[in-house]
Amino acid sequence: MNYIDPHIHMISRVTDDYHRMAQCGCVAISEPAFWAGFDRGSAAGFRDYFHHLTEIEPKRAAQFGIRHFSWLCINAKEAENVSLSREVISLIPEYLNKPNVLGIGEIGLNKNTRNEAIIFQEHLDLAAKTNELVLIHTPHLEDKLKGTRMIIDMLKNDTRVVPARVCVDHVEEHTVRFALDNGFWCGMTLYPTTKCTPARAADIIEMVGTDRIMVNSAGDWGKSDPLAVPEFMLEMRRRGHPESVIQKIVFENPVAFFRQSSRWHEPFTLLNDRK
Amino acid sequence: MTKPVQPLPAAKVLEQQFLDIRCRLLDVAATMDRIGRGDGVTQLKDDHRLEKIKKGLSVLLDGSSSKAEQIQKLFSLEYDASWEIPKPRY
Repeated sequence: MNYIDPHIHMISRVTDDYHRMAQCGCVAISEPAFWAGFDRGSAAGFRDYFHHLTEIEPKRAAQFGIRHFSWLCINAKEAENVSLSREVISLIPEYLNKPNVLGIGEIGLNKNTRNEAIIFQEHLDLAAKTNELVLIHTPHLEDKLKGTRMIIDMLKNDTRVVPARVCVDHVEEHTVRFALDNGFWCGMTLYPTTKCTPARAADIIEMVGTDRIMVNSAGDWGKSDPLAVPEFMLEMRRRGHPESVIQKIVFENPVAFFRQSSRWHEPFTLLNDRK
Repeated sequence: MTKPVQPLPAAKVLEQQFLDIRCRLLDVAATMDRIGRGDGVTQLKDDHRLEKIKKGLSVLLDGSSSKAEQIQKLFSLEYDASWEIPKPRY
């Protein structure tokens, strides 16, 4: 079965990971801009990063028949530096016409500070002005519930926001309904220790259904599994869920959300590309 | 709205997961033992993290449903609905 990993940081992964993902049926990925593991010292560092996301990584993915898409922003952790954030946000429009950019993301909150909220809103302002999709990072661990509610507050407070064009990512048992009940898409991240396991993600699907929900690995430079989506598929199969249900979550749903971007191209396998 | 995705029958879940649950319980028990054997354990008497772990364990024993959601909330910070939302620039 073909699948899409809608959130993975391939810049931090080796080329062998692309190979193995393709062997497991991955046909497309989307890579949000994120924290590099250190705070960058200047906007020029982000310019290089955006160049990597929009020019270099798509070529590396294409070697394995995987379509690579990206999202641009300054992440919540570095958003604490408001002046740097504003400089980076001003760079984003020149990259928005690159063919693999799906929108603004992953924006959000980290420690739920005032500065993070200001920069989150300024990213929303940019998304509204440029009519872009939005991908949202929700905080980790004890900050998640509070931060997710603050994010939903800001989204609902902005009358330009169309919930169906926003994905609230990293939802778990205590936050999934805030996203779905307010009309947003949501993503469950299959990540060791700090987020969902494949089994808990399958439990959540059994509780909330399959509408407007997807799963991702968020594979990055931390201990993480770029094949987490196939692990979820296996867990669903073990429980006897039909292939049609699995396909909806790992392929059809991401396509339905991403299709709202004018720069989305349907993923094809290598064979279909040759035709 | 799609049709609900039905979970496995309860007996089947228990059959499939019994050894896994036993293993995870032992893992928690062994970790608590390790904390108990360590130097300075008495200084952890009022540690808020241990308090939360104990409360989490009590959630497992009560008769309620949505245990995972309850434990998530137990380990979450308070939300204040009156926080100052930044103004959008229309």
